[in-house]
Amino acid sequence: MNELEKNMEAPNTPLIEVKDLKQYFNINMGLLRSKPLKAVDGVSFYINKGETLGLVGESGCGKTTVGRTLLHLYKPTGGQILYRGNPVATKSEVAEFRKKAAMVFQDPYSSLNPRMTVSDIIAEPLDVHKLYSNKEERRQKVLELMDHVGLNSEHASRYAHEFSGGQRQRIGIARSLAISPDFIVCDEPVSALDVSIQAQVVNMFDELQDKMGLSYLFIAHDLLVVRHISHRIAVMYLGKIVEMADAADIYERPLHPYSKALISAVPIPDPKIARANQRIPLGGDIPSPLNAPSGCPFRTRCPYATEQCAAEMPEFKEASRGHFVACHNMEQAN
Amino acid sequence: MSLLEVRNLRTSFFTDAGEVKAVNGISFNLERGKVLGIVGESGSGKSVTAYSIMQILAPTAKILPGSSIKLDGQELIGAGEKVMRKVRGNKISIIFQDPMTSLNPTYTIGHQLMEAIRLHTNRNKKEAYDRAVEMLRLVNVNEPLKRMNQYPFELSGGMRQRVVIAMALACEPDILIADEPTTALDVTIQAQILELMNSLQKELGMAIIMITHDLGVVAQMCDEVIVMYAGSICEQGTADEIFYNSCHEYTKGLIRSIPTTTSFGQKLKPITGTPIDLLNMPAGCPFAPRCEAAMKICLRERAESEAINEEHRAACWMNIKKGIEDGTIQWKSSEDDQETVSDEEGGAENE
Repeated sequence: MNELEKNMEAPNTPLIEVKDLKQYFNINMGLLRSKPLKAVDGVSFYINKGETLGLVGESGCGKTTVGRTLLHLYKPTGGQILYRGNPVATKSEVAEFRKKAAMVFQDPYSSLNPRMTVSDIIAEPLDVHKLYSNKEERRQKVLELMDHVGLNSEHASRYAHEFSGGQRQRIGIARSLAISPDFIVCDEPVSALDVSIQAQVVNMFDELQDKMGLSYLFIAHDLLVVRHISHRIAVMYLGKIVEMADAADIYERPLHPYSKALISAVPIPDPKIARANQRIPLGGDIPSPLNAPSGCPFRTRCPYATEQCAAEMPEFKEASRGHFVACHNMEQAN
Repeated sequence: MSLLEVRNLRTSFFTDAGEVKAVNGISFNLERGKVLGIVGESGSGKSVTAYSIMQILAPTAKILPGSSIKLDGQELIGAGEKVMRKVRGNKISIIFQDPMTSLNPTYTIGHQLMEAIRLHTNRNKKEAYDRAVEMLRLVNVNEPLKRMNQYPFELSGGMRQRVVIAMALACEPDILIADEPTTALDVTIQAQILELMNSLQKELGMAIIMITHDLGVVAQMCDEVIVMYAGSICEQGTADEIFYNSCHEYTKGLIRSIPTTTSFGQKLKPITGTPIDLLNMPAGCPFAPRCEAAMKICLRERAESEAINEEHRAACWMNIKKGIEDGTIQWKSSEDDQETVSDEEGGAENE
């Protein structure tokens, strides 16, 4: 019975599921007092096999922390992480999970050890997880990975500083692929690159997904890149997801006042559209997460805010099929 | 007469590894009250162009002889530090990418604003204070009286950039140079700052040189655009001409490579190869090694900047080739060169 149930459920189980994830950092306020900084405050989402979930938001909204907490680089303060339906919490579960989940970092300069050769950088995950039986196998695997990301085999014995930003990012991606993961957290992987190089790397993420069936959590602040690569998009504001929907849906019909303002603020590289674009102005700045407003975090900048918004956090509800939004005043806002 | 006329500007850095031609012979005009965008990738020379105009280059850099920068007809190259001190801040102001590093962390906002005002005008302390508060109001800083006594670290990034803009505009310059003014800011804050610059530009009637790598910012802000690659101008013209009638392979590649809201599921069309090494510049067109349409002549010789129409110039052999095909350009070189050109046409068509 149990076996049968598992088999019947299997196709519907998402690869990654996150339920009510919380990450608080204790900030020392002096005089033995400390205060929790709620970097991530009750975030839930899922990612299917072969799917890309884009996570967007402005600096300080907690998007990077979500990625890092998901891989247990920070121990979660609360909530649940499920991989193929199994919890990831204990030390051994985390160790198993990390054989299938990898990360690509934003800065291709600080994320590669300057004293290691390219082949050692790429082989490090293999060394850690002991994924080869002899030196020759290790070498073969490294060359194969380099080939996947378009690096020449003669680059293997060079050091990272000899490469340009785009190529360094390729090295970082090859390293993340070393464990043959199912899932990669991409934390602003193209933000540090020039426009002409960005497209090369974005295409590579696309191709690797097609070839290996990878799932991505793609964290970025460039909304055009995220729109291009993601199947679904979640918008974060001050530690909470305020809206999540299919990429096309969220761009054409954003429902949350913050998503509306965010999407309208993106400069479109087309003069006629850019001149005609009606931007929704958003006054003020993001409040400090140390003094987050009560209720809905966006209410201090929201043109539709009411007393109810200050009193309670709106529920994260399904507004239309697959389109989730957390707002009390959706009718007024739309 | 244009407000600013730059002719054959060449700026080089002399390093241990050799001469780096950061800006390699560029010419352009800036008209009163216009917004000119300079786009390019890192290392294209767009910032060095700005620093050359202000003459605030690093000690290793030199503006080479033969360069000319005229402000209102007055030559600035070789004019001396005394003249430049009057120009900087008064006639031409600059704002930088990172608003934290352009403010002094140890002085209050008010102190720094008043210093700039008193340096350039003969206002007394009280008048300078009033002017500073007025400027903060102008750039929409809330509670300006409170901000006057605060230190830069107490303000958010967007607020700091507003203060820097207020400082730059305090003496009503004719030209504001903005070097990646919103790159360090979030999108909604970027929108606020761009909106502010737009309205101030209309109100005060100054000219703006907007240096950026973001074609979206260019499309939104600029009347005229210069596209730079490896220290040279590829193409210059009105924003509409550059976006809708690009006549240089680099500009075309750049515009093709940006993702759009409808490109999901399609492959982007990147520019292949890696950015150029300024220490080893090729003999011909600097973009030729990465150019899909490159012909033999591109590797050998640089194309001159040719007028496409009244408001558009480009330096690309493809335009010459097209001109020869259409019969609008008479190829005047020797028989030998003629043959090469037809060879190359064959090569390009095969692709």
